[in-house]
Amino acid sequence: MTAIPTHAPIPVTAALPSYRQPERVTQVRVMRAEWTKLRTQPSAYWALLTAVILVVGFGIGYSLLLVTRPPHGAAMASFDPAAISLSGVQLAQIAVGVLGVLLVTSEYATGLIRTTFAAVPRRLPMLWGKAALLAAAITTVSLPAAFAAFVVGQSILSRQHLSVPLSQPGVARAVIGSALYLAVVGLLGLGLGALIRNAAGGIAALFGLLYGLPLTAGFLPGSMAADVTKYLPASAGQAVTSVQPDPTMLQPWTGFGVLCAYAAVLLAISAARMRRGDA
Amino acid sequence: MIEIHELTKTYGSTTAVSDLTFTVRAGAVTGFLGPNGAGKSTTMRMILGLDEPTSGSVLVNGRPPRSHAAPLHEIGGMLDPRAVHPSRSAYHHLLAIAQTSGIHKARVDEVIDAVGLRSVSSRRAGKFSLGMSQRLGIAAALLGDPATVVLDEPVNGLDVEGIRWVRGMLRDLAAEGRTVFVSSHLMSEIAQTATHLIIIGRGQLIADTSMDEFMATAAPTAVRVRSSDQDALVRMLRAPGVTVTWAADGALTVSGASAEQVGAVAGAAGITVLELATEQASLEDVFVGLTQDAVEYRAAI
Repeated sequence: MTAIPTHAPIPVTAALPSYRQPERVTQVRVMRAEWTKLRTQPSAYWALLTAVILVVGFGIGYSLLLVTRPPHGAAMASFDPAAISLSGVQLAQIAVGVLGVLLVTSEYATGLIRTTFAAVPRRLPMLWGKAALLAAAITTVSLPAAFAAFVVGQSILSRQHLSVPLSQPGVARAVIGSALYLAVVGLLGLGLGALIRNAAGGIAALFGLLYGLPLTAGFLPGSMAADVTKYLPASAGQAVTSVQPDPTMLQPWTGFGVLCAYAAVLLAISAARMRRGDA
Repeated sequence: MIEIHELTKTYGSTTAVSDLTFTVRAGAVTGFLGPNGAGKSTTMRMILGLDEPTSGSVLVNGRPPRSHAAPLHEIGGMLDPRAVHPSRSAYHHLLAIAQTSGIHKARVDEVIDAVGLRSVSSRRAGKFSLGMSQRLGIAAALLGDPATVVLDEPVNGLDVEGIRWVRGMLRDLAAEGRTVFVSSHLMSEIAQTATHLIIIGRGQLIADTSMDEFMATAAPTAVRVRSSDQDALVRMLRAPGVTVTWAADGALTVSGASAEQVGAVAGAAGITVLELATEQASLEDVFVGLTQDAVEYRAAI
């Protein structure tokens, strides 16, 4: 027996009324549009969820590990309990950085960027809108995650009397700094994505920036390696996430400022390229 | 209105569009024809302000395309119907575009109804058929009630019902006084809708003509005749301005004379006419012939 062919229903169309309300494109309106895009892009949820799981999960896991093997002697002097519970940030930066790359490269990959630029001919409001929302979204999600990782991590470490209170100088700054660090890594990803316009290339460049550069700097002779490394994006930014003063690192907020400068320069270069030329 | 003046676009050593000058007027559907690779999409990208001309200028409604304060109200464009985020719903795709210009949600619903996507508006746009994607692309182009509408191959992939719908919609948009510029690589898709034609080949302008003019001048008629004595008829038909050629099946193709004249000549000579017909070259043939010439001309340089 042959199946009876079924016909797709003919779409019902209605007359289109006129809409005589010419309105300007503004930065706020473009932000609203970008928010609609962000909240309807499943990869954003996955990336942010992954970041939270890594921050909280890895922080708890590392704390549990250290409780079974507490540090002794010299190791105790440089022991940074806050950093232990915040160590998941080192992994979560991949998730948020990739999100930054994908946020803009997905528009180039699908060709949606042309629709976007036809609607926003000045183009840059789109980039600033994406940057602001990305930074806000990452901070909003990472701040509670970092606090949770810290609180749970410290309660685990307190079993061996290794914990520090949030009120100790530098500790609250490290927790808040972890969330801010992740937000700026997201912006690094966004800048690379906007510059390279290709997901694979952008992610590769992100890895190069965060992990490849420190490895390469390690080959420099003598003290030059340490001098250069502390100015690289990852090590500079991570200064704000550690409590113990580390002579090989920049001052916390100086380091964070250097990281922000990297992101700002990358975004400025991609903005210059985006503003002119072909979409 | 779209005014294109000495427009040239090169990508590296490749010239996509070369010294194009033409005007697309309001209140009519203008067909933009050319074979694949002729430079239609490149031209349309420059009209939408997406690609920067190498030289020359584009004005849309009297201004450069990127200088409009309310762009969606000036130019509505569709270049690639598949240019959507695959996991975003049709509604949210349109909403995000609308929000850039502060266009209300109610308007998004209006365009969804107008293109017949109401029942699938909450589905992922990546799962759409090509026909549904075309409708979504057209919906996006119409969001801001634009004065100028630019559509790249809008009937590509549509079923018969969809093609009929697009044709009606294009005519309605033009009747409302809008500038409607529609590209196609097939004459047949455009012939029934467009009243004006811009034809390009290899990036160069081949024709800028009204549809009526194009049909009258570019499509010469010929007379096909079969008779009891073809050789004699050939001699009888010999006259200035008349050319006679043999068709493969033994019939004669006469140009420069009407069917009545050919019939009268045969009758006067006592030749029995077995078949007599007026043949009109199809618009498609004329179009292919025109663009073929351009391709050969370019290749000869």
